[in-house]
Amino acid sequence: MNTSDQYQRKIVTIVTEAAIETQLSKDLEALQATGYTITDARGKGSRGVRNAGWETSGNIRIEVICDTTLADKIANYVKEKYYKNYAMVIFMSDVVVLRPDKF
Amino acid sequence: MRLPPQIYEFVSILLLLAIGLKGGVELAKQPFLTLVPDMLAVIVMGFALPVLAYPVLLQLGKFKRADAASIAAHYGSVSVGTFAVAVAYFGTIEVFYEEHLPLLLVLLEVPAILIGILLARGFSNQTKWSSVAHEVFLGKGIVLLLGGLVIGWVAGPEGLTSVEPLFFDLFKGILAIFLLEMGLIASSQIAGLRKYGLFIVIFGIVMPLFSALIGCGLGLLLELSIGGTAMLAILAASASYIAVPAAMRISVPEANPTLSLTASLGVTFPFNVIIGIPLYLELAKVMHAFFKG
Repeated sequence: MNTSDQYQRKIVTIVTEAAIETQLSKDLEALQATGYTITDARGKGSRGVRNAGWETSGNIRIEVICDTTLADKIANYVKEKYYKNYAMVIFMSDVVVLRPDKF
Repeated sequence: MRLPPQIYEFVSILLLLAIGLKGGVELAKQPFLTLVPDMLAVIVMGFALPVLAYPVLLQLGKFKRADAASIAAHYGSVSVGTFAVAVAYFGTIEVFYEEHLPLLLVLLEVPAILIGILLARGFSNQTKWSSVAHEVFLGKGIVLLLGGLVIGWVAGPEGLTSVEPLFFDLFKGILAIFLLEMGLIASSQIAGLRKYGLFIVIFGIVMPLFSALIGCGLGLLLELSIGGTAMLAILAASASYIAVPAAMRISVPEANPTLSLTASLGVTFPFNVIIGIPLYLELAKVMHAFFKG
C-alpha cells in the first residue's frame, strides 16, 4: 500500500443527534465535502444515555474523508453552529486512501 | 425487552394509514364545504391551547422561556396513539362520532408548532421556516394521515375491500403491539420524572383535564354528537410526542427535549389512555345533558 503524502487524508467523525441529520448533511455539501457516510449509533456521554429508544433520542455518526484544510473548516463550522445546543462530539484522524482523486 | 425499532416503525405506519383510510372513506360520504367551520374552529383551538399553557409554565413552573414554549407546543398538538386508542374504545362500546374527526386530528398537529416557535423566538428572522415546514409537513404523521385520508376518499368503501383485512380487521391487534412498546418507552421516562419533580407530573395531568374542558366546550359549540364532542376533548387533551419534539429540536434547540418528552410521554399519554378517555366521554355526556337538556 502506498503511504506517501499524496495518499494521506483526514477523516472527520461527528457523533451527534439524529434530529439534525438533514441540516448537517446540507452543511457538509455546502462546505463542498465530496461525500460522507452516516450510520446509526448508540452511546452515553455528558448529555446522558442516547439509546435510540425513542425517535428523537437516536444518535448518528457521520464520517467525512477530505484534505486537512477542509477537515479543519468542517470541524470549526460544525462546532460553531451546533456545539452549544446539541449533543455532539467531533474528532479527526489520519487515513490513507487508495484513490486520492476521490477525496 | 424492547420491540425492534423497525417493527415499531411498521406498526405506527399501519396505525397512521388505517386511521387516515378509515377517515377518508367516511369523509367521502359528506359534502366537504360543510366541514369548513369545524376545521377553522379546531385550528383556532390549536393556536389557543399553547398560548394558555405558556404563562402557567413560565410563572408557576419557573421554566426558561424556550422550555416553556416547547412544552406548551407539545400540549397544543395531538397524539395519534391516544386517538387510536379512543377509536378502538369507542368502537367496542359502540359510541358514534363524526366522520371528519381524523381530518381534525391532522389539522391540530400543526398550529401548536408554529406558536411554540413564536413563543420561544418572537418574530425573528433566525427561524428557518422552510426547514421547519419540511420537518412538519413531510414528517410521517402528516404524510401518512393525509395520504390515507385522500386514498380513502378517492377509493371509497368498495375500493378498499381488498386491503381491509390488514388495515381494519387487524387494527386492534396492531394497536395492542403499539401500546406495548409505548408502555415500555413511557416507563423509561420515569427517571426524567424523578429529576424534574412534581410540577411536571401535576402539569401533565391538569393540563389535559383543562384542555379536555375546552375541547368539550368547542364540541358543544360546533354541535357535534356526544361521541364527537368526547373525541374533540381527547384531541385537545392529548400531547404530541413525535411531530413536535422533532420540530422543536430543530427550531428551538436550546429547549431541553427530555423535559417536554417526560411530560407528554411519561405522564400525559398513560394518563389519557388509562383514565382520560373514559373520563372525557363522561364529561361530554354530562355537558351535553346540561346544555342541551
